[in-house]
Amino acid sequence: MAISFKVNGKPATVDVPADMPLLWVLRDVLDLKGTKFGCGIAQCGACTVHLNGQAVKSCQRKISTVAGADVTTIEGLSPDGSHPLQRAWQAVDVPQCGYCQAGQIMAAAALLAKTPSPTDAQIDSAMNGNLCRCATYLRIREAIHQAAAAPAAVGTRSGEPQS
Amino acid sequence: MDTKESVKQEKSVDRRSFLRVSALAGGGLMLSSYIRLFDTADAFAATTAAEFAPNAFIRMTPDGIVTITAKNPEIGQGVKTMLPMLIADELDVEWKNVRIQQADLDTTKFQAQSAGGSTATPTNWTPMRQVGAAARAMLIAAAAQTLSVPESELDTMPGIVRHAKSGRSIPYTQLLEKAASVPAPELASVKLKDSKDYRIIGTRVTGVDVKDIVRGTPMFGIDVTLPNMLYAAYVKCPVFAGTVVSANVDEIKAQPGVKHAFVVEKGASGGLMGLMSGVAIVGDNWWLVQQARAKLKVTWDEGATASQSSDGFATQAAELATQPPQKTVRKDGDVDAALKGAAKTVQASYFYPFLAHANLEPQNSTALFKDGKLELWSPTQQPAGGRRLVAQTLGLQETDITIHITRSGGGFGRRLSNDYMVEAAAIAKQIPGLPVKLLWTREDDIQHDPYRCAGFHNFTGGVDASGKLIAWRDHVVTFENASSAAPGGSEFPARFIPNYSLDVSTMPLGAPTGPLRAPGSNGFAYAVQSFIDELAAAANKDPVQFRLELLANEQAAPALAGAPSGAGGGRGGPQAPGFDAKRMRAVLQAVAERSNWGKTQLPKGTGMGVAFHFSHRGYFAEVVQATVSKDGDVKVDKVWVAGDIGPQIINPSNAENQVQGAVLDGIAEALAQQVTFEKGRTKQANFNTYQLLRMRDSAPVDVFFVKSDSPVTGLGEPALPPVVPALCSAIFMATGKRVRSLPLSTQDLRWS
Repeated sequence: MAISFKVNGKPATVDVPADMPLLWVLRDVLDLKGTKFGCGIAQCGACTVHLNGQAVKSCQRKISTVAGADVTTIEGLSPDGSHPLQRAWQAVDVPQCGYCQAGQIMAAAALLAKTPSPTDAQIDSAMNGNLCRCATYLRIREAIHQAAAAPAAVGTRSGEPQS
Repeated sequence: MDTKESVKQEKSVDRRSFLRVSALAGGGLMLSSYIRLFDTADAFAATTAAEFAPNAFIRMTPDGIVTITAKNPEIGQGVKTMLPMLIADELDVEWKNVRIQQADLDTTKFQAQSAGGSTATPTNWTPMRQVGAAARAMLIAAAAQTLSVPESELDTMPGIVRHAKSGRSIPYTQLLEKAASVPAPELASVKLKDSKDYRIIGTRVTGVDVKDIVRGTPMFGIDVTLPNMLYAAYVKCPVFAGTVVSANVDEIKAQPGVKHAFVVEKGASGGLMGLMSGVAIVGDNWWLVQQARAKLKVTWDEGATASQSSDGFATQAAELATQPPQKTVRKDGDVDAALKGAAKTVQASYFYPFLAHANLEPQNSTALFKDGKLELWSPTQQPAGGRRLVAQTLGLQETDITIHITRSGGGFGRRLSNDYMVEAAAIAKQIPGLPVKLLWTREDDIQHDPYRCAGFHNFTGGVDASGKLIAWRDHVVTFENASSAAPGGSEFPARFIPNYSLDVSTMPLGAPTGPLRAPGSNGFAYAVQSFIDELAAAANKDPVQFRLELLANEQAAPALAGAPSGAGGGRGGPQAPGFDAKRMRAVLQAVAERSNWGKTQLPKGTGMGVAFHFSHRGYFAEVVQATVSKDGDVKVDKVWVAGDIGPQIINPSNAENQVQGAVLDGIAEALAQQVTFEKGRTKQANFNTYQLLRMRDSAPVDVFFVKSDSPVTGLGEPALPPVVPALCSAIFMATGKRVRSLPLSTQDLRWS
């Protein structure tokens, strides 16, 4: 069935089975490979995207439930990779293998949109659904604090209500 | 450059097209092959006259950009950044002008294109610097010609050759054409920088792919997309090595999105990690392929392994422990007599479970079979081994197989096995002309892993009246033909106790096993260091002091041929030096100092524990502070690490990241990870039953490097093993309970 929604601010229409998860529509239909597959059961968070500003596990979102919604993926978090989290991730040199990091950044962006200066406990709680097999958690936490302390970015799409 | 000159240059290039690399690296490894130089044909296809591409690693262009080839697979260990740093420093260029290009597998140009055993640093430390220094020498020679001064009067600043006497200088960019005609020096003869002159080595360099990672740029195997690409699932028997008797492939072919479904026969190569019997389902949408898979009905011949289970192994192991051992690995002195004369003896049995690797990017490969040739895109730690396996299994020539090495979403030893690569190749061979991406589910991954081998250690030890450790016996019960299953004859504490015996008995195992980060060591360290802790308590000695005394008690008896787990075979290579007790004492003392060992007042329920381990040429001692709630929940409060991996930390940012990751990885293993078997199948299937560490369980990890004059070595693995016994020791200090079986989630740690 044809389903229309917005991805990174642009309209998209896909003709796929209604129960196909958003993750696979993003990756294999729209060719947005930044959102990752890790478990398929909402345990790892590698597939985290923003749905109307909320961080969600895209492996569990049937495409039919996304009709008319606004989806932001890592590719659309900022126009040029300049979101404070993207900058902080580079400054702190967070990744090892890097596979989970798009999901980590998307989860963190949703956190900062609601809680601009989170405590460690708030970070741990918000990031609990995102696994890092390389265990770069200490740097993820540090980078989130660093981004929170940075001046607000211009032109980011993180958690903003989408027009 | 006109055409005539070009021709002339090519001829001169031809004469010296092979440059012998005879450097000795890592204390004696002979790089027996050659690095091919001036490979204008395929190293850099677009090379033009104005460029300088002196070898397969370096290409300099007039815009000032230096493109450096990263030859090894990047799995998160940082090698794609680290090896080019070595070249760039000796070449003397600004890091900001360096661009990195990942190499395909090419054994004619590169040695040791693999990721395993923490070997990249010791193997490449000298040759990669020589590669950069040789190119720098050629630029200096070109400048000497240009300025008509002796080379000895020239030196370099980043990107510039300088003649201090006259104050003249020439940027590299103006020397490229001339440098290209300078004869290449012997790599072994080039002068390397003094370490005080390093400008890049030793600085904190952000991973070269990080800017793309944070933008979601495709780079992993799973991201490979080719025109007209099909997607595949490969369904194997849940019982290891079970085979397909029949399958409803016609019904599957009729499912939406499915183009092909067929049975694949077991391959002749690669054993349990080769091509196993299974059913391939191929379609134009991976998710639809998975929907079709749910309707797949296969009659399996499960084979003999279906009778195996973890409970059965435990029963057999307990029985074997009471029997005379099947094999004696080492025997020094007279253990029985020493135990009779001991002031105190201790007996304890330890168990550590099978573990899965669970790298976050599920196994995958993309393959295209066309005109008798095979092209593969694969996240692999061992591309050469994969190519061999594919060639042998499918009856192809290795020269007809091209392997593109993608970034791997985690390695940990899993991708030293190329089972998923040969599956993709076998499927693609059935569908010539169309690329096929095979992608496993997480369940495929957890249930078809080359597992870390489980082990049962049955110890007896004795201390004399002065508290000295005088007798040690370990009867290890483990599995036949399993990877890193039992320690070798010189594994610590062999050679440090006058009466010592190490015996091994084994049981048959149908499940595959393979190296997991710090293989062997990740289990042996837990058992051995935990039992040392028990003996320290029996001796009524401080755990650090007891260990320092043990390390000072080196025996004259020569080491046996069996190397320590950190040194032998695939776990470190033959170049590994033997265990040096002095270096271990130094890291142990350092970690005791940094953790304020013995000087910290802790409440009941909180304890500090210590352990050390030598593996992969690295010396690590670690202290864990942990708190156990009255309900028995374990929380790690902090970890202190002291490590000695030689005189130079190449990239401190990555080094700290690796150590912190390895330590937290070990904590994850200890807390909750186990693979168990029932009826020949793995019971765990996904992250709800096989639990990785989460952020809230990530304790601060203090990392300290002790510098020594020993050869520079690697860091991916050796920081992991000590944290497991150090944590268990902390739990004992907190609760009085010894952890003799892992994971902790299976242990009753309640206290009142």
